[in-house]
Amino acid sequence: MIDVLTALRSPWPWYVAGPLIGLMVPLLLLLGNKSFGISANLRHGCAILLPNAVKPGFFRYNWRAETWNLLFAAGLILGGLLAGRVFANPDPTRLSAAAIQSVQHLGVTVQPGLMPAALTDLSRPGVWLLLTVSGLLVGFGTRYGGGCTSGHAISGLSTLQGPSVIATASFFAGGILSANLLLPIFMAVIR
Amino acid sequence: MTTSPIPGVHDRSPVAARPTVSLVVYLLAGLSFGVVLVKSEAASWYRIQEMFRFESIHMYGLIGSAVLTGMITTALLRRVGVRSLDGQVITVTAKERGWRRYVFGGLTFGLGWGLAGVCPGPILSLLGSGVWAMLVVLVAALVGTWLYGLLRDHLPH
Repeated sequence: MIDVLTALRSPWPWYVAGPLIGLMVPLLLLLGNKSFGISANLRHGCAILLPNAVKPGFFRYNWRAETWNLLFAAGLILGGLLAGRVFANPDPTRLSAAAIQSVQHLGVTVQPGLMPAALTDLSRPGVWLLLTVSGLLVGFGTRYGGGCTSGHAISGLSTLQGPSVIATASFFAGGILSANLLLPIFMAVIR
Repeated sequence: MTTSPIPGVHDRSPVAARPTVSLVVYLLAGLSFGVVLVKSEAASWYRIQEMFRFESIHMYGLIGSAVLTGMITTALLRRVGVRSLDGQVITVTAKERGWRRYVFGGLTFGLGWGLAGVCPGPILSLLGSGVWAMLVVLVAALVGTWLYGLLRDHLPH
C-alpha cells in the first residue's frame, strides 16, 4: 500500500512523459478533429469577460464553438489538483547539480513543490511585480505569436509547420534571455 | 412480429450512426494532460530555469520525444486515412504565413516564460495544485491578451 502511494507521488521520467504529451496531438484530432493548444483559451476568456461596448473586434466571435477548448483548460486545473495536490511529490525537484547552484545564486532554495516560496509569497510587492510582468508578456506574446508551447512547439512542429519552427526558436531565444539576464535583475530587486 | 431486444446483442443498423463525442471527453483529456504536466515537472519553475540555462537534458528530452511521438502518430493517422470519432476527415489547419509575428510574439512570450517559468498550460495546472499566486499570472495574461486585441492593427504581422 505504501509502495503504491510512493509510486503515485513520484515524478515521471521525461522519456515516459514526453511521448504522453506527444500523444495529445493525435488524440484531439481523433476525438473531434481539434488542434492541440492552450493559449487560445486566454482569447476565449477575454471574449467571455469583456462587455460588448468595449470589446475589440479580435474578441467578437462565437466563443461557444470553442467550448471544447475551455473544457480542456478546466481539465488542466483538475489534473493539477490530482497530481500536484492529492498525489504531490513530497521531495524537491531532482535538479542537476549545476541547476541547484544557479537557482541558489538567484536567492532561491530548492524545496518540495513546483514553485519556490520566493516567487509565490504575495506579501511581497516584488513578487506581484514579477508575476504581473511575466503574465502580461505571456498573454500578449502567445496571442501575437499565435500560440504557445503546446500550439507551436508540440502541435505545430509535430505537423511540420514552418511558422512553428520560427515561433519555437523565438520562444527559446526569449526564454534564455529572460532567465539569464532579466530574472537575476528582478530577483536582486525583490530581495 | 417484432423481435424484442436481446441483452448483449446489438442492432446492426445499415447506416452507421456517428454521434458527436460528448464534450466531457475534452475535460478528461485536459485532466490527463494536466497530470502529465505536473508529473513530468514541465510545470516546475525549477525545471524551466534549468532548461534555459542548459543544465540538464530533462526538458529537452521531454519536448523532443513529445514532438517525435506527435509527428509519427499524426502522420500515421493521416496516412491510414482514419476519420475522427464524429466522422470528419482529419485535417490540420496550416499556420498563417509570414515571420514577423512569430519572431516578435515568440520573443515576447519567451521573455515571460523565463521569468515565472510558466506557459499557459502550467498556469492552470499550478493553480489546480494550490499555487494561488498563479491567479496573478492568469489575470495578467488575460490583460496581456486584451492588450494584443487592442493593438493588433498597429503591430507588424
